Amino acid sequence: MKGLIYKEVDDLIIDSLGIVAFISFFVGGVVSMQTALNLTNSFIPKYLIGYATRQSVILEFAPTFMSIIMAGKMGSFITSSIGSMRVTEQIDALEVMGVNSLNYLVFPKIIALLLYPFLVGIGMFLGITGGYIATVYGGFGNSIDFIDGLQRDFIPFHVVYAFTKTFIFGMLLATIPSFHGFYMKGGALEVGKASTVSFVWTSVTIILLNYIITQLLLTK
Amino acid sequence: MIEIKNIEKSFGGVKILKGVSCVFEAGKTNLIIGQSGSGKTVLLKSLLGIHTPEMGTISFDGRIYSDLSADEKREIRTEIGMLFQGSALFDSMTVSENVGFPLRMFTNDSSAKIQKRVDFVLERVNLVGAHKKLPSEISGGMQKRVAIARAIVNNPKYLFCDEPNSGLDPNTAILIDNLIREITEEYNITTVVNTHDMNSVMEIGDHILFLKNGLKAWEGTKEEIFLTENEAIVEFVYSSELFKKVREAYLKG
Repeated sequence: MKGLIYKEVDDLIIDSLGIVAFISFFVGGVVSMQTALNLTNSFIPKYLIGYATRQSVILEFAPTFMSIIMAGKMGSFITSSIGSMRVTEQIDALEVMGVNSLNYLVFPKIIALLLYPFLVGIGMFLGITGGYIATVYGGFGNSIDFIDGLQRDFIPFHVVYAFTKTFIFGMLLATIPSFHGFYMKGGALEVGKASTVSFVWTSVTIILLNYIITQLLLTK
Repeated sequence: MIEIKNIEKSFGGVKILKGVSCVFEAGKTNLIIGQSGSGKTVLLKSLLGIHTPEMGTISFDGRIYSDLSADEKREIRTEIGMLFQGSALFDSMTVSENVGFPLRMFTNDSSAKIQKRVDFVLERVNLVGAHKKLPSEISGGMQKRVAIARAIVNNPKYLFCDEPNSGLDPNTAILIDNLIREITEEYNITTVVNTHDMNSVMEIGDHILFLKNGLKAWEGTKEEIFLTENEAIVEFVYSSELFKKVREAYLKG
């Protein structure tokens, strides 16, 4: 089981580092640029660029929108790999051998995705770094204002909120695609359909839970 | 020995198996034959515990499957080897890892001991030098042989084969048939083969169960199949000109 967990960590977490880093860095940069370009009133302080970037990246972009991207990347991988095993009778082979196939296939994915907050943490860091580089080297503001904005009115609970929902989204990313792969019926075409359906349901569930969690944790 | 008594199984109100009884003896290659939709696969999956019959009993050497506890059922499953139609090898594992999988799951043997056993069974199925290859890197016939090696690696008492020759050329099909027969006799395994292939029937049919519309329509040996006057089996087996001529030749001596 240890070997299976390591393999899933490699497939799901380590293999996602590149895409997470790439998207986070550039989206963070665009968020800061968009904020800077909309600050046309000279009475609005420049530190707002850093502030807006921090809030956008930590509260929504890294946990929620990265999870939707991961529903496409990890979710499709999980559904198609389990679905292919179903189609080619590999799951039946496990069952006939007396192996609990659900436990064998899904449990390591759930354990691996306990590390999902680590991935989102990297996304947060690189998003803000991208915002800093775009702001400072793009000529939209200076380093002091940006860092001032990053530190201003910081509420530590926002990080707790972000990682709470990240953890929940990680569990959704492991279970919904696994369900669609494990219980699919048919052939190769149905594997593709199951991947699409799993992506849609994972995304919808993430969006709905994001609303509910935000309502529960951030409103008074 | 596997004994089935009055097995009945329905799906969506349609009765697929209508009270099938039979004895599959150890050391013999038992074939289940019949047209598509006759209930062969449902019977095989019932034997494997994938389907639960509504009526009747299946007993493995006197142990009635439906009366056993979950642990005892799992114990029986470790005594079963299965060769799937599409081989069902694990894509992400090498040939060696595939074959050693049941041992890694169900024994506490050391890696060296497992590897020794894996090497032995791969040699037994005439597959040396493919240890490190992935299933996608070997031919269909080799995949079947790996699947046979995996099925026998933990010395099963019962071996089930679902369409072992499908998709294979005639030469490879005969090799696989002979391998199944040799292994059955060598290890005194109760082997049950689900097949459409009439060559297999003539080659390895120690005991043949012919199903038609969910009922046992005929039962006998490959020798008896030439002499039978049972219309259902004659119509099924001798539907091709080649086999008609083979039968005529056999009857003429």
